[in-house]
Amino acid sequence: MADDQFYRDYILDHFRHPRNYGRLENPDIAHEEYNPLCGDLVGMDFRIQDGTIEDVRFHGRGCAISQASASLMTERLKGMPLEEARKITKEDVLAELGIEISAARLKCALLPLKVVKVGAYGLTDVDEEEFGS
Amino acid sequence: MLATYDVEALRQDFPFLQTGVAYLDSANTSQRPRQVLEAMERYFTGFNANIHRSAYRASEQATEAYEGARDKVRAFLNAASRKEIIYTRGTTEGINLVAYSWGRQNIRAGDLIVLTIMEHHSNIVPWQILAREKGARLAYVDVDEQGLLRQDQFETLLQQGPRLVCFTQVSNTLGTINPYREMTASAKAAGATVLIDGAQGAPHLGIDVQETGCDFYAFSGHKICGPTGIGILYGRRELLEAMPPFMGGGDMIRAVRLYDTDYAPLPEKFEAGTQAIAEAIGLGAAIDYVQGVGLDAIHAHEQALAEYALEALSEVSGLRVFGPPASGRAGVISMWMDGIHPHDLSTILDRHDVNIRAGHNCTMPLMERLGVPATARASFYLYTTRKEIDRLVAGLEDAKRIFG
Ligand SMILES: Cc1ncc(COP(=O)(O)O)c(C=O)c1O
Repeated sequence: MADDQFYRDYILDHFRHPRNYGRLENPDIAHEEYNPLCGDLVGMDFRIQDGTIEDVRFHGRGCAISQASASLMTERLKGMPLEEARKITKEDVLAELGIEISAARLKCALLPLKVVKVGAYGLTDVDEEEFGS
Repeated sequence: MLATYDVEALRQDFPFLQTGVAYLDSANTSQRPRQVLEAMERYFTGFNANIHRSAYRASEQATEAYEGARDKVRAFLNAASRKEIIYTRGTTEGINLVAYSWGRQNIRAGDLIVLTIMEHHSNIVPWQILAREKGARLAYVDVDEQGLLRQDQFETLLQQGPRLVCFTQVSNTLGTINPYREMTASAKAAGATVLIDGAQGAPHLGIDVQETGCDFYAFSGHKICGPTGIGILYGRRELLEAMPPFMGGGDMIRAVRLYDTDYAPLPEKFEAGTQAIAEAIGLGAAIDYVQGVGLDAIHAHEQALAEYALEALSEVSGLRVFGPPASGRAGVISMWMDGIHPHDLSTILDRHDVNIRAGHNCTMPLMERLGVPATARASFYLYTTRKEIDRLVAGLEDAKRIFG
């Protein structure tokens, strides 16, 4: 029988009431990533002050996993030194989500991380495998 | 047609269905009955050898089984000759074979190639590659609000004298059964060469290629109860004879010299290298199986299921269903649920042991046209039951409760 273990309350809560949703005016960094396979889109705007993420907003559309993951990510990023944000790993993201993500859904969960790494740190040479491709 | 269609008896033939999963993804790949698995196992355990190459009994037996499967396919399609039946890896390879071999030889700058917006990527991308290489033009027939091809547009495009017309017999996203006989007749009358993508048509409707009059017809074994890695390209003999080989290598030759080669006659000219022997034999067994059940009976069963499902799904609030009414539709239903992404739907349904496809179904231009990034797609086959559709509906209701 199906249970609700996968779509835990806090995930649905972040999906329904995304934190830090919207755009920043004149952001220091803005980047979007798109997953053409399912149409998931996540974009983030950053305001950087003295090497610290002073403010961040995200926008996007897609499944509950990608959008909740983005919402959780912005909460984590706010007030975080760039140096530290640079070190966020795939494992950190999955731990924060706290649910078992199947291989097929990994890309959804890691799309926000891709936005952070590619956009905010100008990593053009990303290893697609890092993000579940 | 069978007086009674005993779906429960048929289900006994399919090992995977015994797991209790409601498998509603047969348009993606079908399940395979014991009869197919056993035919392949008989080859592997009884006469495992390469074909056409050796003079010992196992090899002769393998050759006989492999060529026997070709005869079954010829009869299934009612092709005029077994020389017109080319083994491929699947629909994709069949279409690419035509694009690279016939296309390079026959398409010139400025030529028009007519496609439809409901095509699978495998019936779009090879033509884009060809058109770019040759400077040819592509034009697409749109769908109307019901998901039927705009025949008025098709006729208008035919008046421009296209060199090639390619369309799918059945849409893998909308389920639309296209009027393929009429479309072929009009396109031929306009002087075009016609390729039909039979990936979704062959397993559910079958085709008579002579009566239809198409020039090429491609389908995949794995959607018609057969194995993966095998498919068929039917081509009219006259065209195949004139076409250059697609791939060069062993088995497609008559004599090789240092600087030139005599090619083998049809069909071997297009079958370079060691073939998927077990898979071809499995495809033969699959065609026996499907014909044993009967294409008319299968189609009637699926249409009744589609009617039942469309009715049941119309009761689910917030659900948008794409495609035509049951009468013009194969067992394929694509959906969009307000506020729940197809991936989430699919994950929740999986937790109910209901398997559906979530995504763009390899029809991104059609997704764009429908105004959705993806759909949740349920698809049926000869073994699908109403109970499974009930489980789908229950799963959708549960998804709504969770996302509420
Ligand atoms: C309409 C249609 N055409 C072509 C294909 C490609 O078939 P295959 O992947 O077996 O080559 C499919 C299957 O996905 C299909 O549904």
